[in-house]
Amino acid sequence: MDIVVTVKMIPDLVEELEVNAEGTDLERAGLRLRLNEFDEHALEEALCLKDRHQARVTVVALDTGDVDETLYTCLARGADRALKVTGAFAGGVASRAMAAVLARVLDEVPHDLVLAGVQAADDRDGQVGVLLAAMRGVPHVSVVTGVEVLGDRMVLARQEYAGGLQAELEVDLPAVLGVQAARQAPRYAPVSRVRQLMKTATLDAVPAPAVEAAAGSTVTRLARPAGGARAEMLDGSPEEIADRLVAILDERGLVRR
Amino acid sequence: MSAPGTTERDVAVVVEHLDGRIAEVSFEMLARGRTLATATGGRLVAVVAGPDARRLAGELGAADAVAVVEHATLAHYTPEAYLHAHRAALERLAPRVTLVASSSMGLDQAAGLAVALDWPLCAYCTDVRVEDGALVAVSQIYGGKLVAEARVDGPRAVCALLPGAGPPPTGGGTGAPAVEEIPAPDLGAARIRFRRLVAPEAGDVDIAREGILVSVGRGIQSQDNLPLVEALAEALGAAVSASRPIVDQGWLPKSRQVGKSGLTVKPRLYLAVGISGAPEHLEGMRGAELIVAINQDPGAPIFDVAHYGVAADLFDVLPALTEKLKARA
Amino acid sequence: MSDAALPTREVFRHFPAAAVVLFYVLATLAMLVAGWGLWRRIRKYARGRPAHRLEALGRRLVTAGAAIAAHTTLGRRHALPGLAHAAIFWGFLALFAGTLIIMVDHDMVRLVNPGWQFWRGRFYLWYSAALDVLGLGFVLGLVAMLLRRSVLRPAALDYTRPDRPAGSYDRSGYRADDRLFLWLLLAVGVTGYLVEGLRIAADRPPFETWSVVGWRLADLFDVLGVTPAADGLHAWSWWLHALLALGFVAYVPYGKAIHMVVDGVNLLFRDDRAAKRLPPAPEAAPGYAGLADLTWKELLDLDACTKCGRCHVACPARAGGQPLSPRDLILELREHADLAAGGLTWLRERPDRAGPTPLAGGLVRAETLWACTTCRACMEACPVAIEHVPLIVQLRRTLVAEGTLDPTLQAALEKLTRYGNSFGQSERNRARWTQGLDFKIPDARKEAVDYLWFVGDYAAYDPGLQELTRGLARVLRRAGVSFGLLYEGERNAGNDVRRVGEEGLYQLLAERNAAALAGARFRAIVTTDPHSYNTLRFEYPELGAAYPVRHYTELLDELLRGGVLAPGRPLAGVATYHDPCYLSRYAAITEPPRRVLAHLGLTLVDMPRSRATSFCCGAGGGRIWMGDTRVPGVPTPAEQRIAEALEIPGVRYFVVACPKDVTMYRDAVKTGGFEGRIEVKEVAELVEAALG
Repeated sequence: MDIVVTVKMIPDLVEELEVNAEGTDLERAGLRLRLNEFDEHALEEALCLKDRHQARVTVVALDTGDVDETLYTCLARGADRALKVTGAFAGGVASRAMAAVLARVLDEVPHDLVLAGVQAADDRDGQVGVLLAAMRGVPHVSVVTGVEVLGDRMVLARQEYAGGLQAELEVDLPAVLGVQAARQAPRYAPVSRVRQLMKTATLDAVPAPAVEAAAGSTVTRLARPAGGARAEMLDGSPEEIADRLVAILDERGLVRR
Repeated sequence: MSAPGTTERDVAVVVEHLDGRIAEVSFEMLARGRTLATATGGRLVAVVAGPDARRLAGELGAADAVAVVEHATLAHYTPEAYLHAHRAALERLAPRVTLVASSSMGLDQAAGLAVALDWPLCAYCTDVRVEDGALVAVSQIYGGKLVAEARVDGPRAVCALLPGAGPPPTGGGTGAPAVEEIPAPDLGAARIRFRRLVAPEAGDVDIAREGILVSVGRGIQSQDNLPLVEALAEALGAAVSASRPIVDQGWLPKSRQVGKSGLTVKPRLYLAVGISGAPEHLEGMRGAELIVAINQDPGAPIFDVAHYGVAADLFDVLPALTEKLKARA
Repeated sequence: MSDAALPTREVFRHFPAAAVVLFYVLATLAMLVAGWGLWRRIRKYARGRPAHRLEALGRRLVTAGAAIAAHTTLGRRHALPGLAHAAIFWGFLALFAGTLIIMVDHDMVRLVNPGWQFWRGRFYLWYSAALDVLGLGFVLGLVAMLLRRSVLRPAALDYTRPDRPAGSYDRSGYRADDRLFLWLLLAVGVTGYLVEGLRIAADRPPFETWSVVGWRLADLFDVLGVTPAADGLHAWSWWLHALLALGFVAYVPYGKAIHMVVDGVNLLFRDDRAAKRLPPAPEAAPGYAGLADLTWKELLDLDACTKCGRCHVACPARAGGQPLSPRDLILELREHADLAAGGLTWLRERPDRAGPTPLAGGLVRAETLWACTTCRACMEACPVAIEHVPLIVQLRRTLVAEGTLDPTLQAALEKLTRYGNSFGQSERNRARWTQGLDFKIPDARKEAVDYLWFVGDYAAYDPGLQELTRGLARVLRRAGVSFGLLYEGERNAGNDVRRVGEEGLYQLLAERNAAALAGARFRAIVTTDPHSYNTLRFEYPELGAAYPVRHYTELLDELLRGGVLAPGRPLAGVATYHDPCYLSRYAAITEPPRRVLAHLGLTLVDMPRSRATSFCCGAGGGRIWMGDTRVPGVPTPAEQRIAEALEIPGVRYFVVACPKDVTMYRDAVKTGGFEGRIEVKEVAELVEAALG
């Protein structure tokens, strides 16, 4: 079975995010990116399937200029092949455009199952996995928390709803699944293996086909959320804070006697 | 039936249902849709697909009209069949804006419909409004750290709304909306087939029923630190709940998860410990009466919904708080 | 003097030729058996990977010889076993030499030219006296060891395993081996005196008064009325003694006795830098997957262990209830190596031949390996220079390569990879702690300074420690020291990353730091963190980053002694100084911090375990990244240490010189219920307070 995992880099939320001078996009200079966590889960689920069945895992990413190390890390985790799609993607790519490019690229990449992270923090114009499936005219299930292979051309996907309710769905392949959580935490890729692969492995590259895919909306303003009803912050030593909290709770009759 | 051309100001809401009941979140969408429809000057049309969609229409009095797509193959929700059904309805309705909730089903539907109908999609919206004749969608992105206002190119759009960001829903409404039947499209050989629903293991605790919740997030760092939280919960007479990452790691059972794919809770006190406040989590608890958040990062989005905030190390504050509470008892 | 009266004795007294031949046959047999065993062991070592320990052989011989002669490694801190073993050792050597002398004189020289025989006359007299005295020491030493084992029952000799439930293993084989060795030696010694006593009783050559013990034994036989039968009994006792002795010779390579050979050799090939500077790992397959990966020195290490248990007692992980005993790790690997080589030892723990198992995670539990803090107390305690820590790191490397990691540790390593620190904070914030200062610390990347202050992760990022770091900055500034920082150029030094087994990440961090250091201008590095000190001093030179490295307490000591800093408000009170493992055992810096504290006016009283025997706080070796693994009902090492400190009457301050220690001990004071009874203070903090 051939599994393709689509991954993308998103701004690392550990940092303070700066808005550019025009106020319409992130300040890209000095922006630290990291692999979308849901894509990590998608890769992990693919690798778990590979561990159990005979599968080849290919990781595909748009070359936004900083994906190399991430792709080598994916190979170090166990992916068989890494594919970079080159093009003018340095300033970030909208989901719709990314999906359109991937939709055409997949024509050349053998695949039975495509796994994508269910969403990403910068998916303002939609989630790549769903868009990709719709563009390719294949079935898609979102919020998947479990995948089982039922045969050559069919998998079982577990879709999760509110309250932990899950539906088991049979899905004909080829299909795209949006992974919420893999069956186990993403595995560790030892740095020495990554470094070794950087020397010995190659990343395949393919130029992006020309596609038409406008996001359909333009950001006119990007800013920190307005203060709004912000919390009243409590300061002081832990003991002082604890005292104040107890007083607040007591006022409302929330402290046990 | 409306005449062609007059629907271009309509607002459609894709309604979700499970087990024969309309989902709570759809009522919220209808309320939001109402506000928007007033702005656009069009009708509020609910779109519902299902095996007995006509019956469900009876609960959708909040809308002006209900478009139903009824077919036996829609017996259980599957992404593809429902996508086709909703698409058929929306193609006929051609509304200005289609509202979908950012739920699991919503994630399936919104982007799928956007591509199928070739309409723009704005996701994670907290607000949709009309400005100078154009649609403007306000979305929360980057985990809620930034807010983007986007102007829609073109006359139509699909907007996926974050629940809980607007006024509380007013329920089903009392109106008797006109019901329009949309013939079900040829659903063909279903490529996605429903097998069964699996209910989560009944937890020992129903957090939706608890009056006080101490909720733990990634800031706790390790499963071995949970006793700190449990001690505080005990001192408060509270139950312990958690955000998604904690449950995904297996540190607490699914029944304790608060948020989009967990439970929605409305306790008297919600004490968020080490939770950053991503929209998916806020969705599940912003209705709590009193929200107190402890997080080392003063810029964490949780402080936007909390009533009281403590930007300090939870490993210092929790034990201190537990001690003070125990001393009181 | 006539020949008959010449001091000597008849070898093979009164034996028929057949008996002599029998003896020689048996002796040859014994030596062949022993030789065969020795040969198989040497072959086992020869299969090991190369270890570059053969350089400076001359110096090694001198050092090792001196250590063995003076019994320094055995005797320090353990007076009774040291003395007893010295008596056994020298006694055995003397008796062995004595036998060799007889052999040379009787079996070689006599055959060449009887006139050249030397075992007679004055020589014989001194020989008799010396052997009698030393032989007595030998016997008494053995008796002392026996009593120690059976009456004193020290904790070190408790063979209970912390990594297996009771009943799932059987170590009676070990105890049998111990008993066999002791009793066999004792029997040889006692029967030797028996033979001598009977001979002297029967013959009473007048010069045999020189055999001080034998002569008195003969007197005893007279009293007991044994003497008339002495002549006949002598032959029997001679054969008994001979068989026991030959049996011992044959048995040497097959049991505990092998330590007599291996331990000296092990001391010969010791490396004082063993854990301070770890060997690099081949990128493709880091770590030790199987026995074939061990070097000959490591295989030798495994055999050198005498189960003395000192490492077992010293280990803080074991004391904290963790499933790690350095002794048991060595023994487990030894049995494995032994069985793989065909089973060389007779009395073992494992009776059968087990199939090949992976070492890390299979033969040795992952929890056992992860429990190590790399504090080096085991290596410090070991009298025979076994190198436990590098072995543990090699096995950890395999676990990391497989991805068998504690999830909290995995998260920490991922943060270290991405941000260069374990806190998951941007490297841009590394110098944020300086914002609380009212002066700017020079950027060593831009201007030249005397000292490059390598701050370390915890001192820089931990909010509870940043004030202490600022304190040191203020003190250095007051002293007019020229110092600077690398600011965002600094990364985690990598010491503990390497010891966790993530060699690739260590290389990455070290390369970045080396590049940053190369781009800065300074004379020496000074660091707050003993862990960083270790890798900067002992491991970075291999990467081309060789700089003089000092610990900040050395600097403060110089400043105080030189009068540059003077305590305007001397402190008072009883303080105890806790030697950080990486400062005392790795860097051998123990006096400067003490001088600093004394200079400040404090009354310094050391805890029983201090300097090289200091007791680890439990944070090293990446443990601080592994989440709380406290064993229910067992106080953590840090809590045990505070309890140890509190036994000092009137103690007020628990002084540390390592940022992780501050965190660990502050927590321990709280979690151990010691609040209000002792204060945890850092050296720089006290200096600043005393400066006034």
